[in-house]
Amino acid sequence: MHETTQLLIEVGALLLVLSMLGRVAARFGFSAIPLYLLAGLAVGEGGLLPLQASEEFFEVGSQIGVILLLAMLGLEYSADELMSNLKTSRISGILDGVFNALPGALFAILLGWEPAAVVALAGVTWVSSSGVIAKVVRDLGRLGNRETPVILSILVMEDLAMAFYLPVLSALVIGAGLMQGAITVAIAVAVVVTILYIALRHGRVLSRLLPQKNAEALLLGVVGLTMLVAGLAEAVNVSAAVGAFLVGIAISGPVAHQSAQLITPLRDLFAAVFFVFFGISTSPADIIPVLLPAFALAVLTIGTKAFSGYMAAKRAGIAVPGRWRTGLALTPRGEFSIVIAGLAVGAGIEPLLAPLATAYVLMTIIAGPLLARVPDTAWFKAKVRKTASAPPTTPVATR
Amino acid sequence: MGVRIERIDLPGFGVRNDVITGSGCRVSVVSLRSGERDLAFFNADDPDSNAASISLTDDEASAIAEVLGSSLTLSRLSALGEKAEGLFNEEISLPNGSDFVGHPMGDMKARTLTSASIVAIVRGNDVVASPGPEVIFETGDVIVAVGTRQGLDALGKLINNGPS
Repeated sequence: MHETTQLLIEVGALLLVLSMLGRVAARFGFSAIPLYLLAGLAVGEGGLLPLQASEEFFEVGSQIGVILLLAMLGLEYSADELMSNLKTSRISGILDGVFNALPGALFAILLGWEPAAVVALAGVTWVSSSGVIAKVVRDLGRLGNRETPVILSILVMEDLAMAFYLPVLSALVIGAGLMQGAITVAIAVAVVVTILYIALRHGRVLSRLLPQKNAEALLLGVVGLTMLVAGLAEAVNVSAAVGAFLVGIAISGPVAHQSAQLITPLRDLFAAVFFVFFGISTSPADIIPVLLPAFALAVLTIGTKAFSGYMAAKRAGIAVPGRWRTGLALTPRGEFSIVIAGLAVGAGIEPLLAPLATAYVLMTIIAGPLLARVPDTAWFKAKVRKTASAPPTTPVATR
Repeated sequence: MGVRIERIDLPGFGVRNDVITGSGCRVSVVSLRSGERDLAFFNADDPDSNAASISLTDDEASAIAEVLGSSLTLSRLSALGEKAEGLFNEEISLPNGSDFVGHPMGDMKARTLTSASIVAIVRGNDVVASPGPEVIFETGDVIVAVGTRQGLDALGKLINNGPS
């Protein structure tokens, strides 16, 4: 069979399978990401049905997927939202980082991993999945809840932190000497600060350059600009993902709104390809030995995430039930953890990281949305009321 | 009218506007970027969570806003009339498919037949104040009339039964 024919058949068949998996996930009300990862595992090296011709397609597609995923994330936030969040939720963001990055880092040190892998695993356990959590909050009808802004602002802080974390990680995984590594990190951070400054201050100029009226031209313009900046960012070791995120933030106003609508279907397609490719590049045989460590890590960091979320809600003056809703809603890890692991694995550090991250994300992303529902159950409410009535709780009114 | 409205950003989704009523209830309107609206009501047991959240499309949201908004204009109008004794005012909806729709107000001969005066027509969010006989009735119009009790009763019959 001709190479291209084979490719079409493989890609087509796989996308159809993903479509069915997506329906199953929607039917039961959970994220499709774990199913995409499993599908990738099944068709990867050592899987049930290894792909023959389309692996390269999925590799390129997965890179586009990361770029679009991050660009969309940036598009969803306005510069004002970022700045006001930075003011009001700094402390909660820092607590969230300390309590969730450190367990990952310590875990990696225990496993005896090299420094770059330690930093990578810290990132994997730190960042919650914005996509999954936004969907869970929406599905559970909690958009009107008072704790929801707390949840969202933590997600914003994490995403903003990633703009600095990812370039540092990419500099580290290149594995230059200490001095050279420090210089690379410094350059990367300087570039991010500069782009962020331009994006926040002069985003309007950029938005004006894009043709708002013509949907086709706007789509091409936004995707083109995003890929170009992502590529240039990669060239100076800032990581393509961060470049794309910054472009998303820089585009503002009605252009951002329209671009988001145009890109969403494209993002859905390539993001699915990205998760599949991550599964493809991980060998299922490697997952079994890391299942236990992954489970331990998941239990530990679901606990720390619930705690840091609880504290953030407490700081915002939310009552006890709302604090639990905040903490438990934040537990799923997803797209960012996979992006981080993908970045580290792509550079060839710590072969165990990819299977560990896959198993870890699978566990938290399945357990998280279930845990998020727990505060709505009758027994949980009864329990909270019982403990709350014993010592009177005074909500702290800090904002 | 000092109604307190709080505006809270929901990054990634849109904004939430809270109206705290005099009785201490919180009604939240979540405006999503997609144009959808969620209407949420607070839960007395758990002040941070909402007891019910209703998703509304753009059209449904504006329909509810219209219903809430027009009754407000009406109650404000009716508050004016209660000062004069023996004189009443009333809002009478023009029934759907009424024979008056599409015809000028003069054709109704309201004042001649009932001695009640039509002082305003509420049309959606707009109010046609002191309408002249040339104003054409539209479907959904609410007629605001002033008159004696008998006059208003007669006008109500006239509007509901159509021209005889």
